Amino acid sequence: MSENTDQLDRAVMDAETRDSTASIGSNYAEKYGFYDEEAARNYFLKGAKGINHDVVENISRIKSEPKWMNEFRHKSLDIFLSKPMPTWGDTELMNTIDFQNIYYYIKPIEKSARDNWDDVPDYIKNTFDKLGIPEAEQKFLGGVSAQFESEVVYHSLKEDLVKRGIIFLDMDEGLKQYPELVREHFASLIPPADNKFAALNSAVWSGGSFIYIPKGVDVGASPLQAYFRINAENMGQFERTLIIADEGSRLHYIEGCTAPIWTSDSLHCAVVELIAMDNAYIRYTTIQNWANNIFNLVTKRAIAKKNATVEWVDGNLGSKLTMKFPCVYLSGEYAKAEILSIAFAGTGQHQDAGAKVIHIAPNTSSRITSKSISKDKGIASYRGMVKVYKGAKNSKVSVECDALLLGSEARSDTYPTMEIHEDDVKIEHEARVSKVSEEQLFYLTSRGITLDEARLLIVNGFIEPFTKELPMEYAVELNRLIELEMTGSVG
Amino acid sequence: MSNKSNKALLHLTDVSVTVENKQVVRGLSLTIKAGEIHALMGKNGSGKSSLSNALMGHPYYTISAGSAELMGQNVTELQADERSRAGLFLAFQYPQAIPGVTVANFMRSALIAHRGKEADMRGYRKELFAAMDELEIDRDFAGRYINDGFSGGEKKRLEILQLFLLQPTMAILDETDSGLDIDALKIVAAGINKFHTAKNGILLVTHYQRILDYVIPDYVHVMIDGNIVKTGGPEVALELEEGGYEVFQPAKTAVGA
Ligand SMILES: Nc1ncnc2c1ncn2[C@@H]1O[C@H](COP(=O)(O)OP(=O)(O)OP(=O)(O)O)[C@@H](O)[C@H]1O
Ligand SMILES: [Mg+2]
Repeated sequence: MSENTDQLDRAVMDAETRDSTASIGSNYAEKYGFYDEEAARNYFLKGAKGINHDVVENISRIKSEPKWMNEFRHKSLDIFLSKPMPTWGDTELMNTIDFQNIYYYIKPIEKSARDNWDDVPDYIKNTFDKLGIPEAEQKFLGGVSAQFESEVVYHSLKEDLVKRGIIFLDMDEGLKQYPELVREHFASLIPPADNKFAALNSAVWSGGSFIYIPKGVDVGASPLQAYFRINAENMGQFERTLIIADEGSRLHYIEGCTAPIWTSDSLHCAVVELIAMDNAYIRYTTIQNWANNIFNLVTKRAIAKKNATVEWVDGNLGSKLTMKFPCVYLSGEYAKAEILSIAFAGTGQHQDAGAKVIHIAPNTSSRITSKSISKDKGIASYRGMVKVYKGAKNSKVSVECDALLLGSEARSDTYPTMEIHEDDVKIEHEARVSKVSEEQLFYLTSRGITLDEARLLIVNGFIEPFTKELPMEYAVELNRLIELEMTGSVG
Repeated sequence: MSNKSNKALLHLTDVSVTVENKQVVRGLSLTIKAGEIHALMGKNGSGKSSLSNALMGHPYYTISAGSAELMGQNVTELQADERSRAGLFLAFQYPQAIPGVTVANFMRSALIAHRGKEADMRGYRKELFAAMDELEIDRDFAGRYINDGFSGGEKKRLEILQLFLLQPTMAILDETDSGLDIDALKIVAAGINKFHTAKNGILLVTHYQRILDYVIPDYVHVMIDGNIVKTGGPEVALELEEGGYEVFQPAKTAVGA
């Protein structure tokens, strides 16, 4: 984030504002994992479980889409149905997904995307109140989008940002209002055939964000945020996001997500495409905080044109299985990619996360920093791919993977791949696996800090390179989430 | 000297310390009362740090025999954090670096641990900066990670900062003077003197007379091979400076525990 607060102020402020009693004793279920029954009773439309061409046709018809999108959906479904499941990754877990036991479309209220919280029915608003969204909106966000099940139920963009020509809509509205722009870029980076889950998203997508930042406009200082909430059991959420940052513009976009805890599985398959034109800057921050029954299989890809910068800041907490490898194509000279991620895997969880960078043009640079924490029987994998095309001269690549193991049964794997077809490149690669040091724990406890809290301080210290990149409010929140994970009370 | 008070803050009787199955402290006895400053001097490897670590509750060092009481309480019944909250402090000879944890955050956690969860921390920033100013520690250090990339002298000053903020009843300072330049030594010594009151006690582990010019001890103990072989006033440090440990080498093997 481009805020100017210096390190010192931030450290002291952080220490001062931290509410020490905040979440000790509370758990995921209370804070995030609640289920709103009233909302569920009032759903405007809830289709049947399962996936087929009728389901796709219904979604498309409800949304009164143009023909090309309708065809795109059906074609995508064919691809999904014909494509086998991936044969890499955690196939054992993946193969337990029962695609016919998922709701593919739930419309919670009749009129979606209202721009005044007062117009959002209480039974929906309650959830977002509990999650602190309206509060954050008032404090520091430039715009907010709140998705509940399949639809965005609330949407706002600050007056001055509207005046500067910024477009921030939900994807459905984007398609209606800017059909040409959407058609030009939609699925340009992630075609349905890219992978089975992207195909599924392409067939049944609903909601997500559509953003366009005009030339030279800077919204870096007031982030736009989207929040994705799953409420129903066996829900499938398939939002679709497309962000276009025109030449020389700057954007910070943040997404968060949570869900109630159910014993049976839910599915979250998003597709996110970012287009950074010449000299543009996009930072895309994710704080994912899924309940442990969610399969989170997301495809994220960006293109950075001449002298553009794309940063994926990706925090992966919760879920049963996450597979997410944010990617950047460095297609223009001097383009930059930064992919900074953390993952926390507890018992029953597999965080299969990583990054992908393709250096196409000369003088491009990329930096991948991955930090993972595995606790008890948790598994964290880093899966990375860096490719440098012939001719991408004077490119720089740096990859750093750091794994922290908590407990003797915790597991961490790394699968780094490098395909370098150019000699004139500079490559750095580092990987480390460590445990919490007893000496460090002793140092902290010798100052009166309990062993549990000392461990938490060290773990939060481990991910500090990530946390310090977040706006303060999110940094504080992330530290609390880690605390919840550490106390092991996640459903 | 001993008329300051007669409450024993630290009371060691025939204490032995074992590390890695090796006995490194052998039947040591020592009593420190409120208001007293004791200097502990001794050869490299004589067991000073092992004793200090064992008293603080380091998991590698165990008190294998004898009794160690902190204000009348058996320390072996307490975990390290409990010992700290009971009023014991150890300034480490080799302080640990903890990347990612800022000094500000760390000290805040430590203070809350000592003062209780409901403590009002609104004045924390002022308190921290006042202590840093006093010890001439640049305020930037509040935002730096604990001992990460600190110079030797900076680490020692951070230990004293913690002493200042935590205000323990019984402080063990393990070679806090080593590695300090002469100006830093004066600042640290002034800090120790400012901390010291009739209510607390200090065990100052050192190799050098020079800090004792500023921090005047009531007693000086000489340690060799895991035990105290000589106890006296400040003059002992001067004798040591002149004649080395030869003077104090016991004629026969020291009596074991
Ligand atoms: N963690 C450890 N593992 C193995 N041996 C140890 C350990 N700690 C201390 N020792 C041994 O115990 C003995 C006493 O060491 P200690 O550090 O207590 O000495 P010291 O008096 O503090 O020395 P110095 O003046 O050099 O600091 C030494 O022989 C040392 O090698
Ligand atoms: Mg020592």
